[in-house]
Amino acid sequence: MATVLAKAEVAEEIPAYAARIEHVSKSFGSQLVLDDITLDVAPGEFVTLLGASGCGKSTLLNLVAGLDAPSGGAIATPGGRPALMFQEHALFPWLTAGKNIELALKLRGVARADRRTRAEELLELVRLAGAYDKRVHELSGGMRQRVALARALAQDSSLLLMDEPFAALDAITRDVLHDELTRIWASTSVSVLFVTHNVREAVRLAERVVLMSSRPGRVARSWDVGIPQPRRIEDAAVAELSVEITEELRKEIRRHGQH
Amino acid sequence: MASTDVSSSGDVADLEAGLDALDTAPASSRTPLGEILLRKVLPPLTAVALVLAVWQFLVWAEVTEDYKLPSPSAVWSSVRDLWLQGELLGVIWTSVSRGLLGFLLALAIGTPLGLLVARVRFVRAAIGPILSGLQSLPSVAWVPPAVIWLGLNNQMMYAVILLGAVPSIANGLVSGIDQVPPLFLRAGRTMGATGLRSARYVVMPAALPGYLAGLKQGWAFSWRSLMAAEIIASSPDLGVGLGQLLENGRNNADMAGVFLAIILILIVGIAIDLLIFSPLERWVLRGRGLLVKS
Repeated sequence: MATVLAKAEVAEEIPAYAARIEHVSKSFGSQLVLDDITLDVAPGEFVTLLGASGCGKSTLLNLVAGLDAPSGGAIATPGGRPALMFQEHALFPWLTAGKNIELALKLRGVARADRRTRAEELLELVRLAGAYDKRVHELSGGMRQRVALARALAQDSSLLLMDEPFAALDAITRDVLHDELTRIWASTSVSVLFVTHNVREAVRLAERVVLMSSRPGRVARSWDVGIPQPRRIEDAAVAELSVEITEELRKEIRRHGQH
Repeated sequence: MASTDVSSSGDVADLEAGLDALDTAPASSRTPLGEILLRKVLPPLTAVALVLAVWQFLVWAEVTEDYKLPSPSAVWSSVRDLWLQGELLGVIWTSVSRGLLGFLLALAIGTPLGLLVARVRFVRAAIGPILSGLQSLPSVAWVPPAVIWLGLNNQMMYAVILLGAVPSIANGLVSGIDQVPPLFLRAGRTMGATGLRSARYVVMPAALPGYLAGLKQGWAFSWRSLMAAEIIASSPDLGVGLGQLLENGRNNADMAGVFLAIILILIVGIAIDLLIFSPLERWVLRGRGLLVKS
């Protein structure tokens, strides 16, 4: 009971952001990878970080996840440790789909008696109700990413970080997972910071698209998408904004060919 | 924007169900018993029968004197004699119990040692290379010093087994841990598995296949070391194991007894592997989808 109360108290004083990135820089040796990044993710907001290779978007995500420390600046995630989804599913092959989710619950301190029910609810949320006893290798690529999403949601973090989670999937499966992610995001209060190099994917999903420049990574520009959800990746409005953003992205990339 | 109508959520569910069905491999049915017999049991039986046939043929052809090459039936009658004297099972049990107890001791020492070498950089730099090098040292080399230090007794046998098997088990665990994908460690860390919790919930289960391979090799080394010790260090106080049986056969110029001992040593080594380690390994690999069905 005590933990439930404590949680409710925390929920009352929600800060104005799910993640605050302030003047963050990161160097590996003498190489500056991220330069003075400042970015807020509002509670419940869906932000995509878009950029060409070498813009340090995955590095930034690792910093927000707490897997690495910034060289300068500060990162705050008041909702606790963010959940992180990778391009590879990163599910543990020695556990079933259900047990993978339960491990996340266990590490968060959920009581044994509640874990199974919660895991089944999460599987239902990603429309894999029958997959509890399935081993990871018995699932298709799209199903694995949905279990990985359920596992990330099991952390019950207010911030979900996604590092190109659909990049390795085929186009039809990716479309379906876009729909699913939008649906789940809308039905929960989770904030999402989603990294991709796919402009249409960024526009299809996000409320706000942040374009990063490369070497060193800086925030180049950002767009409020403002197209009502649910969207489709082939919608005219999505395409129109994608063209505009792609033009900017190309400009950024061209700058590097001129020296 | 006609696509964003109300029914789209149901469409997605159906589409997804279709994709899932198409992407999932149909469940494989159990192999019928007849096919298992045909594919797994028949070939080794054929090989054994062939060896026996060639052996019998060489005896009939009298390629050499019969004190050098006893016939299969002579070896069979020495098995029977040993059985009728009530000694066969006792001899096998003397060696098997020594081997298994020694292996369990090696397990208890090799596992923490492997963990230390894998996780503590200083320990790895200090004894990692020695541990790998020890694997190539024939454990029979340990018999003379073990006899001098400990005398002709069971402790000596266990010492030789440990020196043979501990490096294999420790090395298996080290390579198992080294091969844990860094992605698993990162995934564990984002879920809050750090330190001991990371070792328990991520590193150890992920390293299990390598560890099991080390155990398998550790058993082979235990058994070999023990046979070397039993052959070299025979003493009436030690009781007759398979190694002494072999040595007794040589002393009595009883070639059928020598053949019998060698065959028994081979059978026991194979049987333990087949009954304990192979099923364990298959079970772990199958659970992870790492076993390709042949």
